[in-house]
Order: sequence, then structure tokens, then C-alpha cells
Amino acid sequence: MSIWVRTGSPWVWLSAGMVSLNLVMVFGLLLLIAVRGLGHFWPAAVQSIELSDRDASVSTLLGNIVDEEKVSAARVRDRGGYVPDGVEIISRYLIKSGNRDIFGADFVWVNETDVRSRSTPRDAVVLERNEWGNFYGFLINVKQNGKVVANGDRAWNVLQKRIARKTELEAQIHRIEKKEIGKINYFMESIRLDEKRLLLDGNNDRLPFENLARDRAALETRYEKFNVELSDLYAQVRRDTITVKTVADQVFELPIAALVRAFRPNDMSFGEKVVHYGAKVWEFVSEEPREANTEGGVFPAIFGTVLLVILMSVFVTPFGVIAAIYLREYAHQGMLTRIIRIAVNNLAGVPSIVYGVFGLGFFVYFMGGSIDQLFFPEALPAPTFGTPGILWSSLTLAILTVPVVIVSTEEGLTRIPRAIREGSLALGATKAETLWRTVLPMATPAMMTGLILSIARAAGEVAPLMMVGVVKLAPSLPLDGNFPFLHVDRKFMHLGFHIYDVGFQSPNVEAARPLVYGTALLLVILIVTLNIAAIRIRNRLREKYNAADA
Amino acid sequence: MPFQRIKCLREVAEGMSEPQETLKPPPPIENEHMQSDSTPSIDFDGREVCLTVSDLNLYYSENQALNGINMTIPEKMVTSFIGPSGCGKSTLLRCFNRMNDLIDGVSISGSIYLHDEDIYDREVNVANLRRRIGMVFQKPNPFPKSIYENVAYGLRIQGIKNRRVLDTAVERSLRAAALWEEVKDRIHETALSLSGGQQQRLVIARAIAIEPEVLLLDEPASALDPISTLKIEELIYELKQEYTIVIVTHNMQQATRVSDYTAFMYLGDLIEFGDTNKIFTTPDKKQTEDYITGRYG
Repeated sequence: MSIWVRTGSPWVWLSAGMVSLNLVMVFGLLLLIAVRGLGHFWPAAVQSIELSDRDASVSTLLGNIVDEEKVSAARVRDRGGYVPDGVEIISRYLIKSGNRDIFGADFVWVNETDVRSRSTPRDAVVLERNEWGNFYGFLINVKQNGKVVANGDRAWNVLQKRIARKTELEAQIHRIEKKEIGKINYFMESIRLDEKRLLLDGNNDRLPFENLARDRAALETRYEKFNVELSDLYAQVRRDTITVKTVADQVFELPIAALVRAFRPNDMSFGEKVVHYGAKVWEFVSEEPREANTEGGVFPAIFGTVLLVILMSVFVTPFGVIAAIYLREYAHQGMLTRIIRIAVNNLAGVPSIVYGVFGLGFFVYFMGGSIDQLFFPEALPAPTFGTPGILWSSLTLAILTVPVVIVSTEEGLTRIPRAIREGSLALGATKAETLWRTVLPMATPAMMTGLILSIARAAGEVAPLMMVGVVKLAPSLPLDGNFPFLHVDRKFMHLGFHIYDVGFQSPNVEAARPLVYGTALLLVILIVTLNIAAIRIRNRLREKYNAADA
Repeated sequence: MPFQRIKCLREVAEGMSEPQETLKPPPPIENEHMQSDSTPSIDFDGREVCLTVSDLNLYYSENQALNGINMTIPEKMVTSFIGPSGCGKSTLLRCFNRMNDLIDGVSISGSIYLHDEDIYDREVNVANLRRRIGMVFQKPNPFPKSIYENVAYGLRIQGIKNRRVLDTAVERSLRAAALWEEVKDRIHETALSLSGGQQQRLVIARAIAIEPEVLLLDEPASALDPISTLKIEELIYELKQEYTIVIVTHNMQQATRVSDYTAFMYLGDLIEFGDTNKIFTTPDKKQTEDYITGRYG
């Protein structure tokens, strides 16, 4: 035994054990959020559940069983539920029964003991709607302008076609509203600002005003044209309705315009389910959110996160690298540089919310306010840069992560062999030439390491962003087709903040929970992707300059 | 024959003042000091003096590493510095192109003249000086660039961009360094793929590409195998036709093989300086004799 200890094997085992424990925890975490997040999109079977109370009244529920838990019988009895004697633990199910407009809630807990029977009716329909969440029930007929066009089994196929038609019309509407009218609004706004600028400049010439008025009139005519087109399209969308009934035989009429998609999970083959699943996942990553972020996609948040990280990298790299070069190569290595170095290292430990406060005070109010005064006086009192936005967020994150870049760049510079520097100097290069032509290229892998670490940190930060630019729902992306294309003054959405918002600020917690997992998974995937990209760049640089390690 | 030679040198040493004054540049060497140090100055068979060291003291912070060195180095000859580790020979070599400036806490007094120009003068542009006095280090230190870019480095620093000029210079330097035949088909590949000996010749090619006047070699073959060492030595022999070469070596056979003049240093003092044959056969100083016969060092 003591020999075994002396060989060092226990330590090897111990460290191997710790490593595997870490791996298990990391992969367990990823698995958990993957299963919880991705499972949400699978079209689960819709069950019809018959419930009977103690007084023998019978009611029926239609929905998906989304969760199951054990509760003690005593707790159920306290609540007035019925549990036969001698049973200590019973199961209860969380059922997503939808129809929030009718029942008031999407979800309901059902005790095992109350369930009389369960079945999976093949013709149960799930309707995803723009408002009020899902509808669970049965389709009766499809109407066009109030007249029934399809009944019974045929109604289902007709409904699918009508939804496809409506989706296409909505794409047209979306194009007109976002692209065309968006552009008109953009020009209108710039005309308004031009006018105001002319007034501020004290211009008495009437000609420019007349020109602007003419432009405005032209835009208004175009707007009218699109408006007519739009109301026509809207009328077309409103043409169709359907009649549905709930499991309790309540009959409703719903406009098809309110539907996103309709499906019958109990009647779908595995292949159809896979297709449906793919469509739902694609919707999640490519569409805008609906219904206070509890439905639809997170595309604006993905876009905002990526753009934020890219902008942050653009700011932090030169800033950190130049600071590191000065500290390492030019500054006298004395007490002062040591203090600066300690300060830089400590900066990395400052709580991120403090950076948020700094960003709000310095960037948003001071710098943004000054920029508005100097360059955008015509827009005042509405702020242009003097309000939280993606520019200030990326700058705040840049100062949050700059210590990491400084430290690793300095480390890289230290590791360049003295011989290489002397070799360059001996050829008549000045110090700056040596740095620029030899030392810096060789230190690029170290700079990339710093950048990778700062991306990893920045992509996960939420707290400071809440103060300097992130919002729960941004009306438009920071990148669009109107000059100057990249609107760094705009507010943006962020995956990390989205998780917080959906998870804690949502009106419909149960519905939002799977999306929290899904968004978390996306955030992790995004950070891993960004990191892998940076690591591959670094490895290629390393291959090129591998003498640095020799 | 050795005896006669010593005598002849002695005479020269005693009559220092005359040849000193006939030197083309008049470096202000303190003759008294030279004599008191009893370092023989040599007439170098009529060759001109390239480098003149005058009363050079060097301190690493508090520690004196070179004690009042006085010597002259002849043009287009090979001069070698020998001595045990830590005797200051590399330090002295690095004084010639002011490489010691880069080390914190080094202070230098005295002067070194390249022809008649004091390289420690405040007016001197150090980068220009290093273009005139090239250096090759103990371990090959090619840049992580292509062979071509390594050789062209010094020229690019000087702002030469013309492709044809660079091509010619690269080929000429690689030929001069006896490397062209081995690498001509892959000059755009990374220099790090070369063997140690090839890398060292590449570094020499890199140094001579900018056509310096003096080439300082700091134990250029100490990290190499015997074959590569031989090649480097042959190269040194070729290069002395055009360049003044100063070489630091640990290997006394090497010093006898390649150098015309040899300086023996010990603990920061220049003990003896003279014709290589004489130093290795009939040295004046007991210390020199002890060292070359292997009694210490």
C-alpha cells in the first residue's frame, strides 16, 4: 500500500478522477439544456384526459403532458384533492392545455387519482396562434367570406392550403412594411432633420425648404400607394376563417390570419414529425419573437450578440495590444509599471455591473451627450448617441475585457526570444522596425489567445449591458439597408438578456421555460463557435511562427 | 623562427609611438596606458586598422566586466577572442555594434573607433552603425519567415522594395554564404525548416546582404556539428577577403584554424594580443600559456 502511494499513482488517479468529474459536469449541463431546450420543439402527442372529481362530475382536458412529479398524498388532501386511503405518494401531471383565451391559463396540474381515462384522438388539432398561445381542439370547417368551403376530413387539407396562402400574403405585407415603408420613414425622418438643421442654421433662403417640401410630398404619394396596397393585402388575409370546437364542445370561429401553423400530432408519421421539428427549430433561430418573447424565434438576439462581440473585438484588440506594447517594450520597468500592471490585473476582477454604471455615466451620458450636442443638434431633445446603444455596449465590454488582452499580449511579447530581437537590431533595424516586422507578427498567437478569452467573457456578460443598450424587444436590427447600414446608435437584443427576460420577466412562465433552455443552448453554441473560429486562426498563426516556442 | 618573430614584435611594442602616429586615422589612444598595460600593438603586416578600442570599461550595474581594454583590430583580417567563460570576450564583441546598449544597467566608458569615428559618440545613429557592423550570434536565430525574406530583411529595412534588386542581393548573399546551391529551389519556404548549420549560414548571408564593413561572430559554430563547423570555418576564410571579421570562440583549434590575430582575455582584462601563431606557440604571458595548454578555463 505504502509503495503504491509512493509511486504517485494515487495522485494520478485523483487528478484523472477530477478531470473526469469536470467533464461529466460540463457534458451533463450541456445535455440537460439540450434535452430540455430542443425537446420543446418536438410535436408531442395530444392526449384527451377524462377527469372525475369526488362528486362524480366528469370533465375532459385536451393537451400535452409536459411534466410529471411526485407529491405526498397529505399535500393533495390538504388542498382538497381526493386520494384513496393507504396511498402515500401520488403522481401529478402538468398538462399544457392551451386555450388561454378560454381557460385563462395554458397549463394545469392534474392529480393521477383524478384521471379516469386517457386517449389520443387522431383528429385533435393544435393551432399555433399569433396571440393567446396554442389552441387545442377539433376542426369543424373552413369558411371563406363567411361561407363554408370545406367540412369534415376535407377541411384539414383546405386549412393547410389557406394557411400557406396567408403566410405568403404576410410575407408580402412584411416586405412592404419593413422595406418600403421603412425606407420612406427613414427618408421622412432625414427630411425632418434637414429642415430643422436649416432652421437652426438661421437659413432664410426659401429654396431649400421648398425642395424638401417637394421631396416630402413625393414620399407621401408613395406612402399612400403602399398604404392602399397594404389595406388590400390585409383584406385578403382576413378573408378566411375556421370553425373549431374545444374538447368541451364549445364552438369558436377563428380568423386564419391569427394562425401561424396547424398540425395534428396524433396523426403525424415520424417523418412528418421530423419535418415539423426542423421547421420549429429553424423558426427559433431565424424568426423574430412573438407574444412577449414566449413564442417565435430569437434571431434578433443572436444577431445582436454576434454583432456586439464583433464590435467589441474591433475595439479591444488594438487598444489592448498597443497598451501591452507600451508597457512591455517602451515603459521603464520600474515601480510605476509594476503598479500599472497590478491595476490592470485587478481591473479584471471588478464586478461587471460596475462597468455598466461606468459605461452609462461616461459613454452614454458624457460622450453620447457631447456627440449629440456637437453633431446632431437638429434631433434634440431626442437623443441619437446620448442613449444606450450597441456602440456603447461594445465599448463597455471592451474596457471590461481589455485587461485580458493586455496580460496575454504582454506574455506573448515576453516569450519572443531575445535572440530574434537582437538578430533584427543587428541588421540595422530600429526598435520600432523590429517590433513591427518581427516581434509583433510572432506575438499574434498570444494576442489571439487574449482575444479568445475576452470573447468568451464578453459573450456571456449580461449585467453591464442592461445599463448601456440591451432591450427586451428591439424594433429593428442594428444592420439594415439604409445608409449608413450599421446603426451603432440603436438598441439591440442579446441572448443572455433574453434568457433573463424570458425566464424571469415573462407573463407565462411555464410556456417560456423550454425557451430559456433553448436560448441557453444557443448562447453556449454561439460562444463555442466564436471561440473555435478564433482558436483555428490562432493555430494557423502558430504554425507560421512556431519559432516563438523554440 | 618564432623567436625572431617575438623579438620583432617586442621591438614594435617598445617603439609604439611611431607606428601609432602613422595610422591613417589619429585615434586619441593614450600611449602611456597602452604601455603600462603592456599590450603589444601590432603593425598587422601593413594592413589598415579598422577598429580601435581605447580604454574601454564596462560595468553591469556595479560589476566591472571589462577593465580598460585597449586594442586595435586590422581590416580584412580575422581576429579571434579566446578565453574562459565569463572573461568578457562576448561582452567586448557586443560593444562593437553597441548591442550592450540594450541591456539594462550597463554603463560604458572609453571609446571605440570605427576608422576615425567614435561609435559611442552621442551623434551616432545606432541603426546605421549596426548596418556597418554586422553580427552573427551563437545560436542561429533566423526569423520565422521564408529564406528569401530572412536575407532580404536588412534591405527591406533600408526601404528597398525593387524586386530585382532584392533578388540579386539575396542570391549574391546566399552564394557568398555557400548556401545558395542547397536552398535555391526552396528560398520561399520557411527558414525554420533548415538544419542548424544551414540556419547559421543563412544568418551569415542575412548579415552580409546589407554589406557591412565588419562582421562580428559570437561563437558562430558552438551549437553546430563538426561538418557544419567546418563549413562555417571555410566560409569565414572566404569572407575575410571582403570583410573585417572578429570572432569569439571557445574552441582554440578553431581560433588557430581561422584567425590571423588572437586576443586572450581573462576576467575582463585583455591579457595578450598578437599574431595567432605566436599566441599559440610562444605566448608572452604565463596566463596565456596556462590557458592554451589547458591548465584552466
